[in-house]
Amino acid sequence: MLHAAFLMPLFPLAGFVVLLGFGRRIGEPIAGWIGTLAVAGSFVSACVTLAGLANQPSGARTLTCSDSCSSGAGGHAFFTWIPVGALHVKAAILLDPLSMTMCMFVTGVSMLIHLYSVGYMKGDRDFTKFFVYLNAFVFSMLVLVMSSNLLVTFVGWEGVGVCSYWLISFWFHRDSAASAGKKAFIYNRVGDTGFLLAMFLIFSKTGTLTYLSVFAHRHLLAGGGAATAAVLLLFLAATGKSAQIPLFNWLPDAMEGPTPVSALIHAATMVTAGVYLLCRVNPLLGMSPDAMWVIAAIGGATAFVAATVACAQQDIKKALAFSTVSQIGYMVLAVGSGAYVAAIFLMVCHAFYKGLLFLGSGSVIHGLEDEQDMKRMGGLRRLMPWTFVTFLAGWLALAAIPPFSGFWAKGDILTNVYGKTLVLYALGLLTALLTSYYMSRIFFLTFTGRERWSAEAPDGRPPHHPPHEAPWVMRAPLVVLAFFAVFAGAVNLPWVHVGTLGQWLGPVFGNRLFAAHESAGQQIGLSIADGVVALAAVFVAWRVWRRMSDQPALEPAFLQRVWYWDNVYDAAVGRPAQAFARACAVVVDGRLIDGAVNGIGRLVRSTGDGVRRVQTGFVRNYVVGIVLGMAAILVFMLSRTWWS
Amino acid sequence: MNPLVAATIPDAVTFAVCAVVVLSGGIGVVTSRNPVHAALSLVMTLFGIAVLFIEQHAYFLAAVQVIVYAGAIVVLFLFVIMFLGVDREENVQSEPLRGQRPLALVLGAISLAGVLALSATANWVTGAHKVAGGLTAGHHTDTFLLGKSIFTTYLWAFEITAALLVIAVVGAVVLARRPSPARDEDASTPVTEPDRGPALGQDGGTAATGGTAPGERGEPGEPVTAPAGATVPGGHEKLEVAR
Amino acid sequence: MSIGPAWYLGLAAVLFALGAIGVMVRRNVLVMFMCIELMLNAANLTFVTFSRVLGDVGGQSLVFFVLVVAAAEVVVGLGVVVAIFRRRAGTTADDLHEMLG
Repeated sequence: MLHAAFLMPLFPLAGFVVLLGFGRRIGEPIAGWIGTLAVAGSFVSACVTLAGLANQPSGARTLTCSDSCSSGAGGHAFFTWIPVGALHVKAAILLDPLSMTMCMFVTGVSMLIHLYSVGYMKGDRDFTKFFVYLNAFVFSMLVLVMSSNLLVTFVGWEGVGVCSYWLISFWFHRDSAASAGKKAFIYNRVGDTGFLLAMFLIFSKTGTLTYLSVFAHRHLLAGGGAATAAVLLLFLAATGKSAQIPLFNWLPDAMEGPTPVSALIHAATMVTAGVYLLCRVNPLLGMSPDAMWVIAAIGGATAFVAATVACAQQDIKKALAFSTVSQIGYMVLAVGSGAYVAAIFLMVCHAFYKGLLFLGSGSVIHGLEDEQDMKRMGGLRRLMPWTFVTFLAGWLALAAIPPFSGFWAKGDILTNVYGKTLVLYALGLLTALLTSYYMSRIFFLTFTGRERWSAEAPDGRPPHHPPHEAPWVMRAPLVVLAFFAVFAGAVNLPWVHVGTLGQWLGPVFGNRLFAAHESAGQQIGLSIADGVVALAAVFVAWRVWRRMSDQPALEPAFLQRVWYWDNVYDAAVGRPAQAFARACAVVVDGRLIDGAVNGIGRLVRSTGDGVRRVQTGFVRNYVVGIVLGMAAILVFMLSRTWWS
Repeated sequence: MNPLVAATIPDAVTFAVCAVVVLSGGIGVVTSRNPVHAALSLVMTLFGIAVLFIEQHAYFLAAVQVIVYAGAIVVLFLFVIMFLGVDREENVQSEPLRGQRPLALVLGAISLAGVLALSATANWVTGAHKVAGGLTAGHHTDTFLLGKSIFTTYLWAFEITAALLVIAVVGAVVLARRPSPARDEDASTPVTEPDRGPALGQDGGTAATGGTAPGERGEPGEPVTAPAGATVPGGHEKLEVAR
Repeated sequence: MSIGPAWYLGLAAVLFALGAIGVMVRRNVLVMFMCIELMLNAANLTFVTFSRVLGDVGGQSLVFFVLVVAAAEVVVGLGVVVAIFRRRAGTTADDLHEMLG
């Protein structure tokens, strides 16, 4: 059964290699099908592995290579990567319910998005390159999720970062796309220093990087705030990858990439890697309540800020991007409160409905000839029925309208947070209100009201042709995702205690899982509050945005400009860095280094100038030189005889 | 060690007189204005040295010194002095190079003091095994011993110096040769090479420079190729014919 | 009373210094050459002295060779002098200073 687990990352790797070598010759659309089939193979392997893992008894579902097992076909490792002194790193798999869950929805959603891309990227001149990058991404993500130690996770971490960079700046001849790619990469790099420092700290204290060994020896991290430091450093990395405060500005800019990229990477998979990492090291989190408070606070704050900003965006993809930031904020809030299962539950549901929403927006954009401004959409209900229905499902799920999946997931989180602290619960509830509001706004602006696309824009942009519905390769994934967006809540309903996600993931978290002991009445009350808040927001949005598309009072510049966060970074970090670089270039490089080098040249030349005066051309002067040398030797010899 | 011949008053007097002669000759060489006077002072020094050689029982060397040094070398000097103008007197008073005289005197004094001090205080004799043989081995004369050492121990050096002498002679002949008349004209005016083919015009290509060694001039039958820098109008045809 | 080698050596040293000073001070090329001959003779005297002191005939054979080489040197040197100064009579060593740095 573990052999199937090995196949999971190998399928997309094979797809990557084949497309890299022969993609150009294979051409569109076969290259796209090859890529899709590779990930489909990976998904099938995941299903087989899941079946095998589920067959094991509940307590024995952690399969990995211990530090002393051998690599090769018999063991559970691919190979020993770094056997240097005390550092022993194997390229090995850790298969437990958590990583299995991640693998399932990563491969599943990736497969659907590959299929969608075959239709979306049709006609693009870099069609095969797109699938090369996508397969590489899936491979890196699986490496990240399945690895058994921090270092190989970091390899996958960096791999997804690189693929994200490639895919964001896919249309690189656009300046904005190239800059967005760079921005994403640099923000991720800042977070990666946290990862590296955490690895150094953990290794120095426990002498190992393998997860299970670290957890077994985690008492070595107990003293001196080492556990808090390690957790906060890993959280810094997670904020970079998962776009939380303070490293979230790259995600809205990353919408420059093609829509399937936004769906796959920046909604369903890569941005969840940070949350996954924190869940993976939950024993360390359990050792440091201070760090967990910080995590929860930042998660809650991010969720709120991003939700406010999403209320004022005009670009549909940017609005969905801020929505992603906000939803991951919820997940981080859950992790910080110890409600790991709730976080994973929301992660799974979010993958489905956010992926669906992005793909649906891609369908709209594709149909409207690359129009992304919501103020120029509207009235698409009749013209794009499939997109309309699936987007509706996604909307209701995200807005947490009962009985859709988002309602159960968000409710789970808020229930746990309520048990932890009231302040964060209030913040979460407020954010839920905003979430429902902005998502409804997006829906109404895009699909209802007047058909604004058929008229000329106020600033002179010409009208669009009537949009056509998407081809079947794009519709099929929408339908599948819509199904899951509606029904995924069934895996963790609060009153069911058998066969749920919580039961499946329980052994991974053990006693570190926060158990909110609320009475049934309190739970029902909280659920009702959630539902009422969501429906009220939908109603408000319906009243405001159904007919009108222009409400400047509700879209202040402060929110549109992301609370001026980018400007603050520019002033505080960007400009000083540029000034410093300029100073280095002019002073250090120009004057000091070049001056030193040129100065040496000048010194040599002036020395030469001085010394060449010895050569007067007069023979008699040279004779003086000879006799001088002779006198010097005689004096030297005398000194030797006298002082020796 | 070789017992010195018991030196008596005659030895000392001989030495004193010869020392005076040598030194006055040396001073004469250094300070004479007229080069002929300098040459004659040199002869005086050489004779004094020769007598000192005799004093040291190096009879053969004394003879050779007089014959070769005083008899040949100084004569050669005098030939050249005559050749190059004998009545030029050097202005000994003035010294165009700055600081040359004081520096010379100081350095000379230091060298002298250094050598004297070294020979007085240092112990330089190592007592090494004689290489060439003793000076008083048996009843042989110094000539015999000298000849024996030259033709056995130092045979290789002897042959080399013989070759050196040949080279010196050849070199001197080559160096001092007066330039031949034709080359004299070449050196002064640019001419066309008479060896060139008839198709070439007399358009004043610069000839091979006069600085070439005499041996290179006009190998029979072969046209002299123009140097690379020759600027000639209508160059193509010239080059083709020259090939 | 025997004349010790020290006297000879002292005489040779003085002669050598005289020769050195002469080369540095005089400008006439031929006189400079003669001063060089003075230095060579001083060295010859030293060699012969030591040959007598040490009882080694190697010193005398070395003098022999010095003599030969000095002769060859004078020949070539005067040939050069002739070649250079043939046209410009009366020039001194100071007039040949083109090879300056």
